[in-house]
Amino acid sequence: MIEFHLDTRSGLSPYQQLVRQVRQALRLGLLCEGDQLPTVKEVVAQLAINPNTVLKAYRELEHEGLVAARPGVGTFVTATLADDSLAAHGPLRQELRRWLARARRAGLDEESIEALFMTTFRTASEEDIA
Amino acid sequence: MSAVIQAQGLGKRYGQRWALTDCTLDIPARRVVGLVGPNGAGKTTLLNLATGMLAPTSGSIRVLGGRPAEGPAQLAKVGFVAQDSPTYAGLSVADHLKLGARLNPGWDAALARERIGRLGLDPARRAGKLSGGQRAQLALTLGIAKRPQLLILDEPVAALDPLARREFLQGLMEATVEHQLSVVLSSHLVADLERACDYLIVLVDSRVRVAGEVEELLATHHRLSGARRDPTRLPAGQHVISASHTDRQTTLIIRTDAPIHDPAWTVSRLSLEDLVLAYMGTPNHPANPGRNHRPTLEVQR
Amino acid sequence: MIWLTWRQFRAAAAMTAAALAALAAILALTGPGLAHDYTTGIAACTTHSGSCSDFARRFFDHHQGSFLAVSAVVLLLPALIGLFWGAPLITRELEAGTHRLVWNQSITRSRWLAVKLALTGLAVMTAAGLGSLVVTWWSSPIDKAAQNFPKMGPLLFPARGVVPVAYAALAFALGVTVGMLVRRTLPAMAITLAVFVAVQVAMPLLVRPHLAPPTRSTVQITEANLEDFSRGPDRRIRVSAKAADTGAWVLSSHTVDASGHAIDTIPPSPSLSPSAGPCASLERGLSPCLAEIARLGYRQQVTYQPSSRYWPFQWYETGIYTALTVGLAGFCFWRIRRSLS
Repeated sequence: MIEFHLDTRSGLSPYQQLVRQVRQALRLGLLCEGDQLPTVKEVVAQLAINPNTVLKAYRELEHEGLVAARPGVGTFVTATLADDSLAAHGPLRQELRRWLARARRAGLDEESIEALFMTTFRTASEEDIA
Repeated sequence: MSAVIQAQGLGKRYGQRWALTDCTLDIPARRVVGLVGPNGAGKTTLLNLATGMLAPTSGSIRVLGGRPAEGPAQLAKVGFVAQDSPTYAGLSVADHLKLGARLNPGWDAALARERIGRLGLDPARRAGKLSGGQRAQLALTLGIAKRPQLLILDEPVAALDPLARREFLQGLMEATVEHQLSVVLSSHLVADLERACDYLIVLVDSRVRVAGEVEELLATHHRLSGARRDPTRLPAGQHVISASHTDRQTTLIIRTDAPIHDPAWTVSRLSLEDLVLAYMGTPNHPANPGRNHRPTLEVQR
Repeated sequence: MIWLTWRQFRAAAAMTAAALAALAAILALTGPGLAHDYTTGIAACTTHSGSCSDFARRFFDHHQGSFLAVSAVVLLLPALIGLFWGAPLITRELEAGTHRLVWNQSITRSRWLAVKLALTGLAVMTAAGLGSLVVTWWSSPIDKAAQNFPKMGPLLFPARGVVPVAYAALAFALGVTVGMLVRRTLPAMAITLAVFVAVQVAMPLLVRPHLAPPTRSTVQITEANLEDFSRGPDRRIRVSAKAADTGAWVLSSHTVDASGHAIDTIPPSPSLSPSAGPCASLERGLSPCLAEIARLGYRQQVTYQPSSRYWPFQWYETGIYTALTVGLAGFCFWRIRRSLS
């Protein structure tokens, strides 16, 4: 069974972190189809977070088609992420390498590259959500 | 969903000093409400008014549809864990459970016993000999086992070490899920509230500064930073909560329902702590802009 | 709530019960012997000499110590109860903050107070009643022999009978009330003690003499009822006589002349001078002198409450204290509903 943790310093809200951790576990094969996610009560008892946070995370995962809730029993994994993302990794990695090379040629140092990437990434994520 | 606490113009005065002024709240049920504010802001006063320990000087308050402490039925609906978790030092843990059983018709003895067992509290041990964390857990057990609809806690973890604090909040949140409680929790520590609360009330200088669902508050409050600018020149609909300036730069914290279109601003999200601090730094009277409130919240990481 | 009251009261109750049991044991063991000594002594002196005042005086002197001790116990018990059971009843909860625990269980403050007052009050009255009962029973021979401590007098009256129960109830109610107003234990105890002592002093001074109109009787001064015969530095005679009722509470007693004016000393007259007359030399005893004083019209006027009024007074006073106690309890119920965070 997966065990959650919260990073208070991360820029992500708690429910986003939970969603991420489930996805990560699916990617790494720690969670397989049919595995049960911890109950809301278990997560809340371990992390001392609001139950609605857990419910929201599980709902989003369900919305993405990764898990399914069975009333009275629990929430179970219905899909994996391993295959889908792996296929896209290769070309994306190459594209990223090319972009990094261009950034360095333009004179940006490591920190500027990271700052540029993070701010753009965050703004884009917010725009997606909003 | 019906409201769990409804206050209209609620106020409490001690002699010449108003401990709580013009408090109007409408707290929905099944939330974990965080009540935040500096010392002396009126948090304990508000919670005492909600439990019926105090009577209002002005305005009214209704808890779960009834007047606080009006009768045994009303008292049974609300559980209270007061500051410093008072317990009878001469009574043992088992005696406290017996106290709960005798004084509460809705007492769940099995729940109480199971919780005490799980916490590892020795039933024969006197409450005076327990550690602070254990006493807080005992007080919480007494509050939960009477099966209330609303549980009110006044700074329950302020005096506890970090481990006891975590264990207490874990127990509290677990009980919230298991028994479908509404919870009102006052604290100095924003970090704990951040995890646990989905409704926030900020109380500063006897007044409610902001009250609302955390999600909505975080969605409607933003930090704008950019070149030095006069904050009064913002579009209508953007309310400035706090502003700070250097010679070149202005940073504003604003509340708005509409999206922000001005490209000159860098917009960033606020953490709950940032939001609370912004409201705590707001002067009480707009006519007195020179007054500087230094926030006294602890930052606990 | 009954369980909680008992549980909180347990230690104090046990201590008091032990103390009272010890007292009762001692008195039970010595009581019958004491009564026996008294009755045989009275029987002996009646058959022999007819007047038992000598025996009574000796009997009393012999037991004076224990007499004063047990009377002190009965006098102090109400004050101690008020102090140690009454004052901390509410202040202890307020000081420890446990009122925030217990008043948020499913029980109203009024019910909490009602059970606490009723049960503890009952214990208070039982303790005071038992103490007074045992002491009254044990001390009755000595009380009869006590010539300087009349039954109705200000020392013996509050230390016997039913009134100690009422005193204890009032002290308790006073303690609870003061505790509720002051909110801290030690000041509450001090104030309770001060107020209670004031009440106990005010009662015999201001109220008890007027519970019924006192009896005034004017008696002839004879050797039988003579209390004091002395001469002042100016050789004037000063006399006084006792009332016939030995258990009465004498409120005032002075010698009056034939026209009814109170006098301090008997002024000299031809038949009553230091140098001539029956009072000049007392070699033939006091009777001729006293007869002459009586012939000149001097009498003793005594204002007193007769001992026949003992039980009516006990009940009147109990009634007054009970009314005060009920009043204080009512005030407490009204007051506890106010804010007490």
